[in-house]
Amino acid sequence: MHHTIEVDKLSYSYPDGHIALREASLIVAPGEKVALVGPNGAGKSTLMLHLNGILLGRGHVRVCGLDVNDKTLGKVRAAVGLVFQNPDDQLFSPTVFDDVAFGPIYQGLPEAAVRERVEAALAAVHMRDYAKRVSHHLSVGEKKRIAIATVLSMNPEILVLDEPSAGLDPRARRTLINQLRELTQTMLVSTHDLRLVHELFPRTIIMDEGRIVADGPTDRLLNDEALLHAHGLEKM
Amino acid sequence: MHIHFLDPYRDRPSLIHALDPRVKFVLTLAFVLTMALLPVGAWPIYVLMLTLSLSLTVLSELGLKYVLKRSLLALPFVLAAVPLLFTVPGPALLTLPIGSLSLTVTATGLERLLSIMFKSWVSVQVALVFAAATSFPDMLLAMRAVKLPRLIVSLFGLMWRYMFVLADEAIRLMRARSARSGAIEGLQPGGSILWRAKVTGGLAGNLFIRSLDRGERIYAAMAARGYDGEIRSFPLPPITSTSWITLLCGLILLVGLLLFALLFWA
Repeated sequence: MHHTIEVDKLSYSYPDGHIALREASLIVAPGEKVALVGPNGAGKSTLMLHLNGILLGRGHVRVCGLDVNDKTLGKVRAAVGLVFQNPDDQLFSPTVFDDVAFGPIYQGLPEAAVRERVEAALAAVHMRDYAKRVSHHLSVGEKKRIAIATVLSMNPEILVLDEPSAGLDPRARRTLINQLRELTQTMLVSTHDLRLVHELFPRTIIMDEGRIVADGPTDRLLNDEALLHAHGLEKM
Repeated sequence: MHIHFLDPYRDRPSLIHALDPRVKFVLTLAFVLTMALLPVGAWPIYVLMLTLSLSLTVLSELGLKYVLKRSLLALPFVLAAVPLLFTVPGPALLTLPIGSLSLTVTATGLERLLSIMFKSWVSVQVALVFAAATSFPDMLLAMRAVKLPRLIVSLFGLMWRYMFVLADEAIRLMRARSARSGAIEGLQPGGSILWRAKVTGGLAGNLFIRSLDRGERIYAAMAARGYDGEIRSFPLPPITSTSWITLLCGLILLVGLLLFALLFWA
């Protein structure tokens, strides 16, 4: 098993000509938890959309030893759980159960296995009692956790989360951090929450203007005031 | 990650683009109306109207290919007129046996169908040139100028503004669905058709509920800034004399062609 993320010289420009990624390269080792920070518009979300094959840019992307291309999309999406920034995008079914069951049902698992997966995924985010609830009535914090459950139910080897703590109140944020700590998957998490980075991620990657501008131990990068300042971040 | 392809406006430095939007709006409507009123089978006039629409296309610098390709959009709607082939009485052209019944195509029916096809095709061309050569705010201005109720004009405006937001939202929902559409070794992915239909239904329902919620929020934001149901806007800019002359010439030409056609073909 190699739950790695390998991105080599990835470039991408949107159809309107805006260049979102410029030769970004990174490698995340199995089991590693890495934070991705940088100002808005730095290309973090665009990079993440490539890890799941939603966008296909120029350059090479390999996840879990699979080349990401049209032919491997199914396997790639089973291996990489991508959680979008806005939980309302992630939750498109009438009930929480339907949403968490979507991935496993799509994969063709039998009903008993699907129920088991949903149960386990909701348990992992401590939301077992929510299965029957209607998604759009939940609080933002609840939606965020359900959104993570919707990919956990697919048993992914890699979790890619886009700003998981954005818009959460302190208690919801604390709950989320504890849950992320409990998860054992390889993780790449984009965030503006530098305290979260300090707490959870030994390694940090800084992006700006579509480039990866720094990649190293969190302690060193987040204490480098000049570097942070140059890329619109603030030392805590 | 936003869609712009819905917006038909194409910026070009052309005469048509520079024309006052009110003149364009009225002339476009007049052209389509004339086209609709032309009698069946007035082919020489149809050809004249086609040369008019093609000249407009060339003048607008949008490219003939662009407009002609999109003008085919009208064809599916023409299907509604196909029964005319059989229902209009006239000399029989051919008879199609269907079991014990038979359908007879008449020459009059065929001429009427072809007329309708040609008319809609040319009308759509002109509408396309108007839509591609007039920015949406200009269209709203033109609608106000012809005294369309302000409420309707502002409805169009809001619809235009939020259509893109909604389309973006729909794209994000579908993206979230594909992100979780995985496959595992040895199992057929995709689920049953019924289940997939249910998922799509849930997606559409979600979009609907969110639009409703968003509508409420937008109204609250408008109310917070003093909206009281009355739409107020700046007075319209004056129309230049050149614009008046263009409008007048256009209308005279169209009415002239229509009268001529009615005189000889009706």
